[in-house]
Amino acid sequence: MQETTTINNNFKSEEYFINMGPQHPATHGVLRLLLTIDGEIIKKVEPDLGYIHRSIEKMCERDSYQQIVHLTDRMDYLSSHINNEAVCLTVENALQLEIPERVQVIRTIIGELTRIASHCLWWGVMGMDVGALTTYFYGFRDREMINDIFEETCGARLTMNYNVPGGLMWDIHENFVKRVKDFVAHFKTKIPEYDRLLTGNVIFQKRTKGVGILTKEDAISFGVSGPVGRGSGFSCDVRKYHPYSALDKVTFNEALRTEGDTFARYSVRIQEMWESLSIIEQLIDNIPEGEFRVKTNAVIKLPKGEFYQKVETARGELGVYVISTGTKNPYRLKFRSPGFSNLSALSHMATGGKIGDLVATMATLDLVIPDIDR
Amino acid sequence: MGYFSNIFNGIKTLLTGMSITGKYFLNSRKGAITQQYPDNRETLKMFDRFRGEVIMPHDENNEHACTGCQKCEIACPNGTIEIIWDRGIDEETGKKKKKIDQFVYHLSMCTMCGLCIDVCPTDAIEWGQNFENSVYDRTALTRVLNEPESKVRAGIED
Amino acid sequence: MRIPLSITDNIQEWLVSMMSESAASYVAMIIVALIYLGIFAIAGLFLVLIERRVAAWFQLRIGPNRVGFQGLLQTMADALKLVSKELTGTDRADKFLYNLAPYFVIISALMALGVMPFTKEFQAFDINIGIFFLIAISSIGVIGILLGGWASNNKFALIGAMRSGVQTISYELSVGLSLLTMILLTGSLQLSEIVEVQKGGWLIVQGHIPAIIAFMIYMIAGTAETNRAPFDMVEAESELGAGFHTEYSGMKFAYFFLAEFINMFLIAAIAATVFFGAWLSPFGITESIPWLGVFWFLAKTLVLVFLMMWFRWTFPRLRVDQLLTLEWKYLLPINLVNIVIMAFIVWQKLIIQI
Ligand code: SF4
Ligand code: SF4
Repeated sequence: MQETTTINNNFKSEEYFINMGPQHPATHGVLRLLLTIDGEIIKKVEPDLGYIHRSIEKMCERDSYQQIVHLTDRMDYLSSHINNEAVCLTVENALQLEIPERVQVIRTIIGELTRIASHCLWWGVMGMDVGALTTYFYGFRDREMINDIFEETCGARLTMNYNVPGGLMWDIHENFVKRVKDFVAHFKTKIPEYDRLLTGNVIFQKRTKGVGILTKEDAISFGVSGPVGRGSGFSCDVRKYHPYSALDKVTFNEALRTEGDTFARYSVRIQEMWESLSIIEQLIDNIPEGEFRVKTNAVIKLPKGEFYQKVETARGELGVYVISTGTKNPYRLKFRSPGFSNLSALSHMATGGKIGDLVATMATLDLVIPDIDR
Repeated sequence: MGYFSNIFNGIKTLLTGMSITGKYFLNSRKGAITQQYPDNRETLKMFDRFRGEVIMPHDENNEHACTGCQKCEIACPNGTIEIIWDRGIDEETGKKKKKIDQFVYHLSMCTMCGLCIDVCPTDAIEWGQNFENSVYDRTALTRVLNEPESKVRAGIED
Repeated sequence: MRIPLSITDNIQEWLVSMMSESAASYVAMIIVALIYLGIFAIAGLFLVLIERRVAAWFQLRIGPNRVGFQGLLQTMADALKLVSKELTGTDRADKFLYNLAPYFVIISALMALGVMPFTKEFQAFDINIGIFFLIAISSIGVIGILLGGWASNNKFALIGAMRSGVQTISYELSVGLSLLTMILLTGSLQLSEIVEVQKGGWLIVQGHIPAIIAFMIYMIAGTAETNRAPFDMVEAESELGAGFHTEYSGMKFAYFFLAEFINMFLIAAIAATVFFGAWLSPFGITESIPWLGVFWFLAKTLVLVFLMMWFRWTFPRLRVDQLLTLEWKYLLPINLVNIVIMAFIVWQKLIIQI
C-alpha cells in the first residue's frame, strides 16, 4: 500500500509558469498574461498591465476641453470616433448646449461605421487567432472602405478627432453619402460570406462552442459590457437604455445570446454588424440640413460640479466622469473603459481550458490594450 | 446515425469555406487590395482633407497670412508650435505691429489633431497632404514654416 | 553490393571502367546524392515561393514579385539572407542536440525523395519495400522536432514539441492504414510495381469507393503529418509564438522551414504515386514519350500540393484534443472498416479495369 502511493507521487504532474506576452501574437499588443499551466490545461491567468500606460487621465487634467478630445483617440483606437463623442457629449451636456440635429445624425452614422470597422478587424483577427489566416485580409478589405470614407471626411483613418465640443470640425464631404451607401450595399453581400467562411465551419464551431463560458451572473459581477456581456444574456446596450445623439430616432434590435460561450460572443458581434448597417440605412437618406457646429467660447469652462456620460463603443460601455471646479481644465477626469472590465473576466473564463481555448476566448473579448492601459 | 451525419455536415461546411477562398483565388488577378507603394507614387493621391503635416501657404509675392497672434500656439496640446515674434513698423499707419519672425513647427511632436488650424483666425496654416515624413535625422522634423524674407499679406488683421 | 540505381547506369559503367566495382558504386551513390540534394534544395525553395504566391492570391494580395521576374528569385534571396544571419540560441540549451535537430528533419525529408518514381528511369533507389520505407522515413523527422523543442530550453518550444509527438504518433497510423488499403489492390510494396499495376487504370479508379475514402483519409492524415494548418499545432503561432523552432535562427531555422515544404511535396508525391498513377499519363496519351513522365508526375503532385495549400489558407486550426478525437474516433475506425471493404472488393474482383 505504502509503495503504490510513492509510485503515484512520482507521476504527479507539475504546474509551471509561462509568460504570454508582452510580445506575443495572440495578445494583440503589449499585454502580458502570466499563465499557470498543467500540461496544456490552464490553471490560472493573471493579466499584467502597465506596458503602455501613458497617463492619459492625468494629461487630461492639464489640457483644455478641446484638447482632451484628441487624447481619447489614443485610447481605444478602433472606436476613436465614439470616444471623441463621449467627451464632447459630456462637455455639451455640462454646458447645456443645443446640438443641431445634423450633427447628431452625422455623429451617429460615423459612430456606427466605426463600430462596423472595429468588428471587421475583430473578425479578421478572430479568424487568425483560431488559425484561419485568410480571414484577416477579408476583414481588412471591408474595413478599408470605411477608412477611406473617414479619410475623405475627417482627414484621418484612425485617430480622427472629428468631434469638437459643440459639433464637428468640418462638414461632411460631398461624396460621403454616396460612399456610405456603396459601402452598405457592398457589406451586405460580405457578411454572408463571413458566415460561410468561418461561422459555419465545423472546426471553428468545435473550437468556440462551449468554450470560455461566462454566466449572466458572473458577467454582471465582473462588470463586463458590450458584446461580451450580451453574449452572456446580459442586456447592457447603452444605445438602447441611454440613447445619445440620434440613436433615439432609430429602431434596432439589441443582439443578445444566452449561451455565454465564445461562439455566442462571436454571433453577437456578427449580429451587431447587421444592426449597425440598418441604423446607417435609416439615417443616411435624410441627414437634416443645418449647422455642423455651434459656437462655443474659445476657452470652455465647465460649471462647477460632476458630470458623467456613457456611450457604447465597439467594445462596450465607455464612461467619462468629469469633476470640474469651474476652471478651464477638469479637476479630475476618469474614463471607465470597457476593455479593462472585460479583461478582468478572462481568468474566470479561461481557467480549466486549454491554451487554444484561452486564445479563442481572448479573441472574442476583442481587447485593445491602449484602452485597458490608458 | 449521428456519427455519419456529423461527418457529412462537417465535410460540407469545410467545402463551403473552400469555395469562398477558391472563388477569390480564381479572381485574384483583378482583386488585389494591396497597393504597390512606392511604385504608385505618381498616381497616389491623398484626399484633400488628409492630415499629413501643417503647412503655411505663401502666395507669389512671398506673403503669408499669419499675423503672429499665437492662438495656434496656445491651442496646441503638445507644444508643437513655437512662434518667435517681433515688432515691426506698419508702413501705412506707422504704428508698431506684431509680426512673426519664425513660425517653428516640430513635426515630431504633432499629433495631427487639427486644433491649430481650427483656431487660426486668418487661415494662415492648413493641412499638407505629404505623408512621407520619415527622415534620417530628427532635427529635420523641426521646420520653420514661414519662408525667409516673407511678410504678412497686407490687410490681414486678427 | 549492388543497388539498382537505374538512372545512373551510364555513369556507373563509366566508373566501373576506371575503378573496382564496389568503389564505383560508392562514387555513383555520392554523385546521385549530390544531384538530388541540389535539385531538391532548389525545388524546395520554389515550393516556398509557390506557397507564398498561392497564399497571396487567396488573400487578395499580390505576393512576392520584386526579386527576379515575378519574384522568382525571392526565396533564393531569402535563403541567402538566412545563411548570412547570426545563429543565436538560448544560454542553457543542450547545445549538441540543439544543433543536431535541424539535420534530423531535413535529412529524413531528403532521404525519402530517393525512392520517388519520377519516371520509369528517373528513380534513384527502387527497393522492394518502397512504401514501407517512405512511411518509416517520414516519421523520423518528428524526432528532430522533439529534439529541437526539448533541447532549446524554451517552454513554448517544449509544448510545441510534445504536441508534435502526440500528433505524429496518432496520424502515422492513418497514413499507414490508408496506404495499406491501396496495397491490397497492388499486392506489392515496391513503388515501380505499384505504378505498373496502374497501367490498367489509376488505383483511385480501380478501387473506386474505398479508394476515394482512403484518399481522403490519406490527405487529412498527410496534412497532419507535415504539421501544416489546420493541424499546425506544433507551430500554432497565435498560441505558441513559433512553436518548436522558436529559438532557432538563420540557416537552422531555414532547414526546418525547407523540410516542411519538402515533406509536403513528399506527401503529395506519395499520393500521386499510389492513387494517381505516378508518371503515367491519363489514358496513356503520351506513353510513347517516356520523359514526359516527369511532367505528369510533377503536375499531379503540384495539384495535390495546391490542395494542401488550399486547406491551409481556408481552415481554422484544431485544438490539440480535437486533433486526437478526429484521429481516434473518426479516421481510424473508418480506415479499418475501409480496409475490410477493400479486401472484399479485391476478393470478389469488383475492381474497375479500363
Ligand atoms: S498661424 Fe494663425 S493662429 Fe497661428 S499665429 Fe499665425 S495667424 Fe495666429
Ligand atoms: S495639429 Fe495639433 S498637435 Fe499638430 S501643431 Fe496643430 S494643434 Fe499642435
